[in-house]
Formats: sequence, C-alpha cells, structure tokens
Amino acid sequence: MPATNKYMELNISIAPDILFYIRSFPVTNSLIWSLAISGFLIAITFVIRFSLKTVPGKLQNITEIIIEESFSFVRSVIGSEEKAKKVFPLFCTLFLFILTANVFTFIPGQAALSLRGGNGPLPVFRAAMADYGMVLVLTMISVLTVQIVAIAVHGPFGYLGKFFNFQSPLKFFLGLMDIVGELAKVLSLSFRLFGNIFAGEVLGMVMLFLIPFIVPLPFMFLGVLTAVVQAFVFATLTLVFITLASEIEEDELVEQASM
Amino acid sequence: METEAVKAIAAGLAIGLGAIGPAIGEGIIASKAMEAIGRNPEVSSKITPLMFVTMAITESTGIYALVITLIILFG
Repeated sequence: MPATNKYMELNISIAPDILFYIRSFPVTNSLIWSLAISGFLIAITFVIRFSLKTVPGKLQNITEIIIEESFSFVRSVIGSEEKAKKVFPLFCTLFLFILTANVFTFIPGQAALSLRGGNGPLPVFRAAMADYGMVLVLTMISVLTVQIVAIAVHGPFGYLGKFFNFQSPLKFFLGLMDIVGELAKVLSLSFRLFGNIFAGEVLGMVMLFLIPFIVPLPFMFLGVLTAVVQAFVFATLTLVFITLASEIEEDELVEQASM
Repeated sequence: METEAVKAIAAGLAIGLGAIGPAIGEGIIASKAMEAIGRNPEVSSKITPLMFVTMAITESTGIYALVITLIILFG
C-alpha cells in the first residue's frame, strides 16, 4: 500500500528488508536477528556447560527446571523413556529457539535501531518468525523428521503402503487423501506460526500508530502470550506428529500376529 | 473499480468471513474447559495449558484468512 502522506507512514512488508549484500548474498534484518538468537543460545549453553556445579546457581537452576519439565512432558506424550530421549533434542531446540526469537522482540529499544536505506529507514532487527523463509525451513525440518521416523518404523514398503492401498476403492481414496494431509502439514504448521507472529507485529504497529500511549499495552500482553503459546504449539505438534508416525497401528499388529 | 478499492473490499471480506469459524470454535473450547474446571477444579492446572494449545490450533484457520488478507494488502 503506497503511503499517501509523508507523516502517515506504516512500514509494513511481508518480505524482510535487505540491509546489505555480502558478494551476491542478501543479508536481511531477520537473518541478523536469528543469528543473534542462535549466538545467544549457544553462548548460554557453553556458559552452563563449563560452570556445572553440584550445588547449582541461579542460571543452572532455571535451565535444569526447563530441561526436566520439558523432558517429562515429552515422555508423557510419547509414552516411553527410550523414544523420548531420541525426540527430546529436536523438541527442545525448536521450542527454545522459537521461544527466544519471539520473546526477545519485546525487548524495548531495538525497534529504534535502523539503517538509512533508499526508501526510508530500514530496521536492523525483525522478528525471525515474521520471515516466512525461516518458518518454512523449521517446518520442513519437522515434517521431514516425521517422514523419516515413519519410514524407519514401518519400513519403506509399509510407509508407501499407507498411501497406496489397493484393497478396496475406499481405502485407495483414503490413501490419496493421506498424501494431501502430509502436504497440508507443511502449510498448516508454517502458516500458523508465521501468521500469528507477523499479525502480532502488524497489530502492535497499527495500534502504536493510532494511539501511541497505554492502548497498545494490552495488545503487547496478548503478543507475549501468543509468542509463548505458539512456540509451545509448534514444538508440541512436531512431537505429536512424530508420536503418531512412530506408533504401530492395531491392524498392523493383527496382521503381524496372523502371519 | 480501482484496484486499491477492490483490494480493500477483498481484504475486509477475507478476514471478516474467515474470523467467524475460529471464533465459534474457540468459544466452544473455552466453554467446555470452564465447564470441566467447574465440575472438577483440581484438574484446572492440567486443563488450562491443553485449552491454550487446542485454541491455538483452532485459531489457525483464522490465521490462514489473516495471512491471505495481509498478502492482499501488503504483498
């Protein structure tokens, strides 16, 4: 939407702004933000790793609580300790990365940082999950993991047999619908996260633009809630998909027993 | 009609119609959760996070409409 007035300008774009180029590689503001988040998480990891004590300090205590609680959650969803140990790293990484990337956008003052660009100022930071490319990559990681787990559990033929079932016309049709369902997972997972975070940013910006004081606050609280809940939902849905893919269905068990 | 006008109408229709379903769905989830908590207050700590997760999933159809709206407006 073109700005009609110089003083009435809402800087909203779906694609992240390109700050500068390294050779031909465009460096966007969301890339800088996600690198900063990764750096922060890695730094915290190393700090804790090399200062492990039997009597934990504050930082170690908080981390232990997060890890233990999320591990017991994973175990309660997936049902067995052994499987939980395999899935837990992926779950926790997704959760912590999305959570920090979302929550740190509420640190005040960072929106004021901007570079001078051709068509007005370019913000240096942008919420990483408000960049569809980033969200799509995370979604592909989770969906591909689900497929790999399914192949590993059911074997390649069992996996294909779920989609191409020639026992009856109905089952054949349902199998084809399963393919659509798997593809829809990519869209639904990625759109959910991207839409929520991007809509939160746009909503906050519009409210700040209309009434700069007090009124945007409840929307900010809503944004914090969304940031935490969406991180949890993304990681949990990945976990649930993996759980479903790793379960052996009842008729398969019956087939194995009858064979 | 001008393109801008059509875009504005399309965006309004997309989000307006798209918000109906999730709103009803979330209302049902909230009312059921409240009912369950009212019947059995001890499990409220278990029900509340589940309620938020299911709400977020129900909300996603509304978010699809919102994404389409934003693409129409700013894409």
